[in-house]
Amino acid sequence: MKQFALPRAGLRRITLASALMIPVSFSAMANDDLTLYTTREPGLIQPLLDSWTQTSGIKVNTVYIKDGMLERVKAEGANSPADLLMAVDVGNLVDLVEAGVTQPVDSATLKAAIPANLRGEDNQWFALSMRARVLYADKDLPIDNWHYEQLASPAFKGKVCLRSGQHPYNTALVAAMISHHGEAKTETWLRGVKDNLARKATGGDRDVARDILGGICDVGLANSYYVGQMKSAKEGSDARKWGDAIKVVKPTFENGGTHVNISGAAVARNAPNKDNAVKLMEYLVSAPAQQIYARANYEYPVLKGVALDPIISSTIGEINVDNIPLTEIVKHRKQASLLVDKVGFDQ
Amino acid sequence: MSEIALRLENIHVAYSGGRQRVLNGFSLAIRKGELTCLLGASGCGKTTVLRAIAGFERVIEGNIYIASQQVAGHRLHLPPEKRQTGMVFQEYALFPHLTAEENVAFGLRRLPRDQQSQRVDELLKMVELSSHAGHYPHQLSGGQQQRIALARALAPRPQILLLDEPFSSLDSRTRERIGLEVRDILREAGQTALMVTHSEAEARMMGGQIVEVIQGQH
Amino acid sequence: MDSINKSSGLTTIRGLVSGPQSLFTPLNVSAILIALGVCAPILALVWQAFHADLSHWQNLLRFVLPTAVINTALLLTGVGLMVTIIGVGCAWAVTAWSFPGRRLLSWALLLPLAMPTYIVAFAWLDLLHPIGPLQTALRWVLGYDSPRQFRLPDLRSLPGAILLLGLVLYPYVYLTTRAMFISQPANLMEAARTLGCSATGAFFRVALPMARPALAVGLSLALLETLNDIGASEFLGVQTLTVTVYTTWITRSDLAAAAQIACLMLVLIFALLSVERYGRSKQGFSSRSSRDIAPVTVGGWRGSLLCTLVALPVVLGFIAPVSFLAWESAKRLADDAPISSQLLGALQNTLTLAAGVTLVVVAVSLLVAWNARHMAMGNPAQGVRRGVMRLASLGYAVPGTLLAIGFLTPAMALDRWLADLLGMRGLPLMSAGVLLVICCAIRFQTIAIGALDSGLARISPTLEQASRSLGESGGRTFTRVHFPLLRPALVSSALLVFADAMKELPTTLLLRPVNFETLATLLYAEAARGTYEDGAIAALLIVLAGILPVILLTRHQRRG
Repeated sequence: MKQFALPRAGLRRITLASALMIPVSFSAMANDDLTLYTTREPGLIQPLLDSWTQTSGIKVNTVYIKDGMLERVKAEGANSPADLLMAVDVGNLVDLVEAGVTQPVDSATLKAAIPANLRGEDNQWFALSMRARVLYADKDLPIDNWHYEQLASPAFKGKVCLRSGQHPYNTALVAAMISHHGEAKTETWLRGVKDNLARKATGGDRDVARDILGGICDVGLANSYYVGQMKSAKEGSDARKWGDAIKVVKPTFENGGTHVNISGAAVARNAPNKDNAVKLMEYLVSAPAQQIYARANYEYPVLKGVALDPIISSTIGEINVDNIPLTEIVKHRKQASLLVDKVGFDQ
Repeated sequence: MSEIALRLENIHVAYSGGRQRVLNGFSLAIRKGELTCLLGASGCGKTTVLRAIAGFERVIEGNIYIASQQVAGHRLHLPPEKRQTGMVFQEYALFPHLTAEENVAFGLRRLPRDQQSQRVDELLKMVELSSHAGHYPHQLSGGQQQRIALARALAPRPQILLLDEPFSSLDSRTRERIGLEVRDILREAGQTALMVTHSEAEARMMGGQIVEVIQGQH
Repeated sequence: MDSINKSSGLTTIRGLVSGPQSLFTPLNVSAILIALGVCAPILALVWQAFHADLSHWQNLLRFVLPTAVINTALLLTGVGLMVTIIGVGCAWAVTAWSFPGRRLLSWALLLPLAMPTYIVAFAWLDLLHPIGPLQTALRWVLGYDSPRQFRLPDLRSLPGAILLLGLVLYPYVYLTTRAMFISQPANLMEAARTLGCSATGAFFRVALPMARPALAVGLSLALLETLNDIGASEFLGVQTLTVTVYTTWITRSDLAAAAQIACLMLVLIFALLSVERYGRSKQGFSSRSSRDIAPVTVGGWRGSLLCTLVALPVVLGFIAPVSFLAWESAKRLADDAPISSQLLGALQNTLTLAAGVTLVVVAVSLLVAWNARHMAMGNPAQGVRRGVMRLASLGYAVPGTLLAIGFLTPAMALDRWLADLLGMRGLPLMSAGVLLVICCAIRFQTIAIGALDSGLARISPTLEQASRSLGESGGRTFTRVHFPLLRPALVSSALLVFADAMKELPTTLLLRPVNFETLATLLYAEAARGTYEDGAIAALLIVLAGILPVILLTRHQRRG
């Protein structure tokens, strides 16, 4: 007479075994294929990858890891299947480099296409596109020339909407502020901005436009590509309404240019397919790919001479990238994060 | 001639549906200090008489007077808490979250603290359960629970004590013993009481007036 | 005397080691392993926290933690008050009074159980936005043109969070206290009234104190859910401890500090559970159930008012958000854009995950509960087995975020070792979702174990004795006797676990395989990004799935 416990344990063993069989099939793939880990929604880069696959014949297996890509790659160690690592936000990229999961790339194409302030000093990370942090304002507000420093001005008390201060897009801006003015002045500025908040620092960048339409605030900082997305949305849709309610002002630092952040890539340290990974990166900074970045994603290309999307060029125009290089700004990101906490920005 | 403690004048009480009448012109008078038994088969309406007196059922017609004060009648329905009636339930209905003495003290809220504990001691002694004051109901036997229920109902000195088949939950031997004890306690306290029972022997044991209830009438 | 004590001691020891009820049967060993598995993430969390360097503590302690602790404390207090008032109030209303709509409301009051906290936040943020339907209508009524002339206060605040969480979590208290109120014999209230209590007095002095254990259980469930919530708090901008743990790992990239905060939370949870324990103690309930409370009819305008008041939680906590979601979904579907493949993929993933978790949970819980059942023969290991069962039920008390973080490092290390062993690339267990299933199972086991344990308790041990005396072994007895009798408990616990797994968010966010979106994570990502295309449909699907166990509960209530 069988003991009852046995069938249960047997069932568990079978389930576990069949579960393990799934990844085995992954490694049975063709060896040429590239594995891309990205924190960006696959939908945004898929057209780019598809066009590369057409020309090169190499398939790209996209793995979308929204949170914890660094942990993941570290834990995978030498066995990691990742070839190329993509992230949005220079801080995230530099974290990858500092954690030792990337490797340097020596490519003349990349060096020629990407300006020096948009790639790592040791050639471990490379920017593929830029986005500016711009001011969304109520369309009836008389604002033209504007400096980031003015966000703390008492004139804007109760009129500012922002997403969480700890979000990488915002900490990067704070880091840039530190690079320009030092920590003490930045702390004063940050406190001033916090006092000007109309509501809690939460939500996303598009909520800034929505809340401006809703009268909760008059101004806010958000990324440039949303402008293109909203203003080209279907007539009558919510996104279009939000886009039409705002005007966009190109801000600069008092002693500098416009703050930009990047989407970029790095080759994984244990990449099984390093050469193809480099080839993909070189394709992504070529003119046809950069045009897709500009037109389909409303971003700013890193390659000179590529035309912007008409909506972007008409509402924002060409930007004067801030003179302090990203490589410098990124050194202050931990300080920036600490300042955000110290000031209690998200409370 | 001692005064009338309770008078029911031709009361009519309906079932909660409203159609049929449980009590159809029921009248009763009880003198102060008397123990009266309502005797009848199940379903005859005797419990309804108690509930009407206590205030848990409305009278459609007729009047109820407790110690010359009208408590129920045409357009008048005094709520139970104002009627000065005490009730001992069939299943004792002791509050399980309170100890025996807390149960007994329950109706004595309006008295000052020291008078409360005095009265509680007095009653616990009367029912011979002083040693169990701190016990919870689930720690007491059926007979003990019955006596605490009695003590609790007597504590506020009600004008009239209503007992709803108080001994039916006990086994036959305890029943007789407790029955006599209760009778003696009530007599000694001079408490006016109205008890409902379906057992003729029990009614006779109580020794007071016996009123037969047949189909809601008397 | 001495020799008798010694020999009975020896018998006990022998009983613990060998014989049918010993500690080392395969069944009991499996149960012990399962309990250890449940405790492992918690232990790993503690180990991680103390093993890492404490330099991060300084900054956290100075700037982040004080506010997070205060926010969490205020949130718990506020939600606690709200769910008590709404839950107990409504439970008493539908038990003690008869008013129009009472029967419908008595089960409709359970509906907010189907709404996860993050969905109610998502829906109400949209509903109450200055350019949303409600404020637009309000402005039209009051004659204002633009939101700049008139708008209501922002929901994104601590009071807003308290309101919303209170509105969806009150059913826990409602459910337990109503079950208590229904079973209270009517004569207790009547006795109180003969002793001079008004109706209100009787409620506060008799009915409510008697319902205290039920209230304690419901309240602790609601508060644990509040601690577990990450979506609503984040959308509403409230920095609770759970949100801080999550952002410390993700945004500040500091796993060690996150583990340290998590340990702090565990202390809080332990305190909460102790309070619940205390609330449940002391009462022995002796009631020969007789007449139930007959509801007092409340008519006229008072009855209508009562109906409106009692209906309010249902409308606010369920009907309004669901109608809004349905309307948004209809709008989206009416657009020429078809249902995105991403949504369908997420739906498939959600169903698969929920099914997998349910299977694992039911199997494991059955094992643990069966092992801990009360057997008629004196059982020296009974205490151990019950203890093992209680340990295995610990999962529910630990918020999903904490479990996932505790689980992460050891699990990934194990995964890498496994990958090395099998010569594979990547992290096999994680990629296959095994870790996610295990972690979810740890959380939801409590429900199933509880249901199966009470189900087994209702089956008299003499049935087992009879079966054994007729020649059947333990296993066969289970199959032929207990299993058929347990079917309702099995079905209901499977349904409850399935629904819970479908709306799970925090654990899924951290432990999912790559490229794996569930309806919940899809919704979360959309809300975080500010796009709302697929969000409403995903939310609606989750809520619809969540209604199933609510229907089940209401039928169970009506029968019981």
